[in-house]
Amino acid sequence: MGLLRPVFARFVALVPVVIGVTILVFALNAVALGDPARVAMGQRADPEALARLRREYALDRPLPVQYMAWLGRLARGDLGESFREQRPVGEVIVERLPATARLALAATLISIVLGVGMGGLAAVRAGSALDHLLMGVAVLGISTPVFWLGMMLALVFAVTLGWLPVSGYGDGALRHLILPAFTLGALHTGTVARMTRSSLLEVVRQDFMATARAKGLPEWAVLGKHALRNALVPVVTVIGIGLADLLVGAPLTETVFAWPGVGRLLVAAVGQRDLPVVMGAVLVFALVYVLGNLLVDLAYLVVDPRMRDAIRA
Amino acid sequence: MPSARRPLRHRGFVAGAVLVVVFAAASLLAPVLAPEDPQAVASGSERTLEGPTASHPLGTDALGRDVLSRVLWGGRVSLAVGVGVETLVVVLGCAIGLLAGYFGGPVDAALMRVTDVVMAFPSLVLAIGLIAVFERPGLDKVFIVLVALGWTTIARVVRGEVLSLKARDFVQAARALGGGHRAIMLRHLLPNAVAPLLVAATIGVGGNMVAEAGLSFLGLGAQSQTISWGAMLADGQTFLATAPWVAVFPGAALLLAVLGVNLLGDGLRDLLDPRLRA
Repeated sequence: MGLLRPVFARFVALVPVVIGVTILVFALNAVALGDPARVAMGQRADPEALARLRREYALDRPLPVQYMAWLGRLARGDLGESFREQRPVGEVIVERLPATARLALAATLISIVLGVGMGGLAAVRAGSALDHLLMGVAVLGISTPVFWLGMMLALVFAVTLGWLPVSGYGDGALRHLILPAFTLGALHTGTVARMTRSSLLEVVRQDFMATARAKGLPEWAVLGKHALRNALVPVVTVIGIGLADLLVGAPLTETVFAWPGVGRLLVAAVGQRDLPVVMGAVLVFALVYVLGNLLVDLAYLVVDPRMRDAIRA
Repeated sequence: MPSARRPLRHRGFVAGAVLVVVFAAASLLAPVLAPEDPQAVASGSERTLEGPTASHPLGTDALGRDVLSRVLWGGRVSLAVGVGVETLVVVLGCAIGLLAGYFGGPVDAALMRVTDVVMAFPSLVLAIGLIAVFERPGLDKVFIVLVALGWTTIARVVRGEVLSLKARDFVQAARALGGGHRAIMLRHLLPNAVAPLLVAATIGVGGNMVAEAGLSFLGLGAQSQTISWGAMLADGQTFLATAPWVAVFPGAALLLAVLGVNLLGDGLRDLLDPRLRA
């Protein structure tokens, strides 16, 4: 059976979720306490300007009308105007996206390389002191609060040793990326390491491994070629889970390192009650998450043909 | 291999239990253990941002307040939010999960759509966004937001258990004997879902603690008059270069507490539900 139908089915399943996401994001504004328009424009706001703002956002109309109006603008890529900055939210967010994308990409690379390495090493030496040490580090990585880890890394490598800058974007210099990327990647590194180890150990027990050994292949070839490839299926899952870690960690990591990304934008907007920006940023995070999970699902279809039939069940 | 009869031989479980007991005891006994009033600022000749000394074992913060006392008191907020939120989450999640799993049909479908949508958001990001709904941030808002977002996980766990249990003989028998829906749900289904529920709730407590600290760190949770590890860390970051102890100790306390809760949760899973053992 081909890939077309399961891929199509995944897309269809996404429609109600995306509609739900937009309703929930819209609800942020609808249930907001106080008068967001007044908060945004300050207590001394010109009544005429306030009225214009309310009219523009249909704030004086019934909620379903407001929602449809908002959705219509959204469909045209219009996320509204930032209360504070008096310019389009889309523009504000797009400016911040590259910084967040760079950080997330670097963190993902780190977590995969380090995580698979640690997990593989632990599996090869299963039960040894090294195994326990590596898994201990993994649990520590999972349990350490992202923002505190960031501060501690900054304390050691920036403040004390002076090797790297404490914070800031540094016009995109690689030196500025290192600490934030390790901070954001740490949580996920632990998860990847644990998953790699347990799925390698699972695979090792299976028949084709005995066959590979019986053929007289050296141990590294058995593990590297046969075991690792088969162990990668669950690792795809973990990379999917990692997306959640990245998106949750981004606002915290970006705040610690004064990184000019969407996460820090969101936090600042919440502090200022700039609701259009809050809604836009939350929506972007949710859509990235939903699409990321879709990609993971599609990756399964490619990696594991059995998944293609599951959808019909 | 550890078994349910030998929890003391499960190293992670024991380590987690010890950390959790220490954390809970230190928090509950903070009024007794804390050497100073955690809000007492420096007066007279006392210095602010003083490094660890005999009178201030963990140093003092920017206002000259004793960091050790604040770490102990901060644990109370962390514990209260972690356990308090999770208690409400469990009640809410159980009710919704039971109803959805037991009755199925439109109730179930509606519930699953709602959880799908809530889970389509990275959790903390939605929590941050929801704080903007309120006129000003605060610990009470954090509590509300975490409950509002937390129940979905528990509801799913309970629903899943109920779905697999309700076709079993003992439930069918209870039904045949004339047992009412309520009795069946509360007396037969819920008690049998306790193991996975306990595991999920324990992990949830850790998640709540991290979320509270994170939101407070971002300035969206506990405000300055409330002693929270997250808020202390936000202060600490300002003085990272000159007075690192202000940031090091509250964070270490948070790490150990969360690590303990997570180890306990992992251990419980291993001990209660061998199928899930990694």
